[in-house]
Order: sequence, then structure tokens, then C-alpha cells
Amino acid sequence: MSDPKIEGLELKPGFKGMASDTASDQTMFKGVHWGKAMMWIFLLSDTFVFSCFLIAYMKGRGSTPVEWPNPSEVFALDAFGVPVPLLLIAIMTFVLITSSGTMALAVKYGYEKNRKMCGWLVLATAMGGLTFVGMQAFEWSKLIHEGVRPWENPFGAAQFGSFFFMITGFHGTHVSIGVIFLFIYSYKVFAGHYDTGKRGWFTTMKGDYVEIEILGLYWHFVDLVWVFIFAFFYLW
Amino acid sequence: MSEIEKKDQTSTHKIGIYLWIWGLLFVLSFFSYLVDWYQFQGLLRWSLILIFMFLKAGLIMAFFMHLFWERYALVNVLLWPMTAIACFIVLMVAEFKYTLFTRIFYFFIGG
Repeated sequence: MSDPKIEGLELKPGFKGMASDTASDQTMFKGVHWGKAMMWIFLLSDTFVFSCFLIAYMKGRGSTPVEWPNPSEVFALDAFGVPVPLLLIAIMTFVLITSSGTMALAVKYGYEKNRKMCGWLVLATAMGGLTFVGMQAFEWSKLIHEGVRPWENPFGAAQFGSFFFMITGFHGTHVSIGVIFLFIYSYKVFAGHYDTGKRGWFTTMKGDYVEIEILGLYWHFVDLVWVFIFAFFYLW
Repeated sequence: MSEIEKKDQTSTHKIGIYLWIWGLLFVLSFFSYLVDWYQFQGLLRWSLILIFMFLKAGLIMAFFMHLFWERYALVNVLLWPMTAIACFIVLMVAEFKYTLFTRIFYFFIGG
């Protein structure tokens, strides 16, 4: 969150504050770290990419006269011999929300300069993400064994496979990239790079716990996208 | 010293608020799972899915991503472009209805 107390540039509430920020002929998002503003802009563009996928899915599913496969049967999983609908997907959802929660706490402890807590929480987030990707790999291989392909599947409309692999694959790629960065950043936190202000490898910027918040924004976005995929692809 | 205290107050929040949001997200996810479990159908199913989805998305963005405390200039830059997505959805709904109509017309009834 931005620091509202910048000398001479106090945050005024509502549109008045927005107008003075925008019209002040200086930096627009005052008190917002440039890296954070850039991450937000990136996430905005990523929102458009995912929206295009989901809208394409809506268009494909809506325009086929063939019956769409019933997701709660396709994604059912046998637990003790009984098929439970969407069991794996529900567990994946809970794992991702758990990791989102640990990330939010990591950001909080980071700003409190609590190095150990922040490091452990970032590591826990990484483990959650890894679990998620693992379960997704399991789900993919299960569906591929059942004969789901991007061009055909035994359950119904042929478009199902292409949308499934494209959308969950693109989301899984985001999760995987996030996991890699979470591991790197948990190392950086534990090594104290943000306490000593050690410079990073891509940038001459001095290490600061704001980087944990930037990483957190990305991770929460991955969770946010999953909320929409869960609603539109698995539940609808 | 007092300045440092002030700064701490503005840049971190009590742990309780995160735990609350976390708990709410779990409950809402559980509810949306129940929508499928009880096999609600039709308008009830769609509206429940959308309500839980938007509530979850709103909570994540407002509190986990700190938009609730963010400067208004940034919030507006992020949220207004969403109207373009809404427009795109409306256009594509019209489009898929037309495609479905032509497919049914030419595949089944015959041109």
C-alpha cells in the first residue's frame, strides 16, 4: 500500500485526490513504488489476456449445438470408491487460497522487518504453489489418459479440450513462474538482502521489502484468475 | 521515534484483518463448491456462482492486494479498463447467439 504521508503531497480522499495526483505535473502515482506501479500495469495487461481466453471460451461453448461435457462428471475423482464431483479442483482451490493468505501475511511481516517470519511465509507460499502445479499435472495426465485432446474428447463438444488445455495451461504457467520467483525471493529474504539493501541481479535498485509486496501482487493475481476459471470453467 | 511509529501505522495493518479475509475466502469457496455439490440448476446456479466469484475477487483485490488503501489515481487506472472487457463480453454474447442460430439453421434445418 502506498504511503499516504508524503510531505506536501498528502493523499486527499476520493476523486479530489485523484485529480490532484494526475494534474500535479509530476509523478502520477505519488508514494507508490515504481516497481509496484509497473507490476500493476503488467497485471492489467494480463487481465486482458485472460479475459480474452475466457470470452473465447464463452463464445465457443455458447455457439456449439453439441452438448458441452458436464464438468462435475468430467472432473470427478474417486475417493474410497465413490466418485466425488470436482474433488481435486476443490482441493486445488483451497491450496491456492491458503498460499494467497500466507503471501499476504509475508508482505505484512516484511514491512515490519520481521525477516524470519517473512522468509518462512514466502517459502510456505512457494510450497503451496508447487502443490497446486503438481495436482494440475495429475489432472492433466488423468484427462489425457481418458482421451481428452485439444481436438476431440469422449464426453461431448470437441471444443472442450482446446479451451481446457489453453486456459488451465496458461494459468499453470503463471503459477509455475510464480513458484520459481517465490523460491528465489525466500532465499533473498532469508539472506537478508532486504535488510542490508543489497542490490538485485536485474537492477541497481537497492533491496527493499517492497519487492515482497510486488511479488505478492503477482501471486494474488494468480489466485484471482483461478477464482474466475473455477467459476466459469468448472462450475458453470 | 514518534515519526517511526506513525510510519509503521500507515504501512502495515493488524493481522486480524488478513485472517478475517482469509477465513471469508475459505467460506465463500466452500459455498461455491456447495453450488455444485447440491446440483443447483438454471438461474439460481448462475447467480450464486457469479455472486461468490465477485465477492471473492473483490476481497482479494481490496485487502490482499491493498487496493482499498491505495491511492485513488492508481485504483481508477486499474478498474476503468474493466468496462472495456464488459463491452467485449456483451458483443461476444450477441455473436455466439448468432453463430448458434446459423449452425442450428444450416446443420439441422437445412439452408
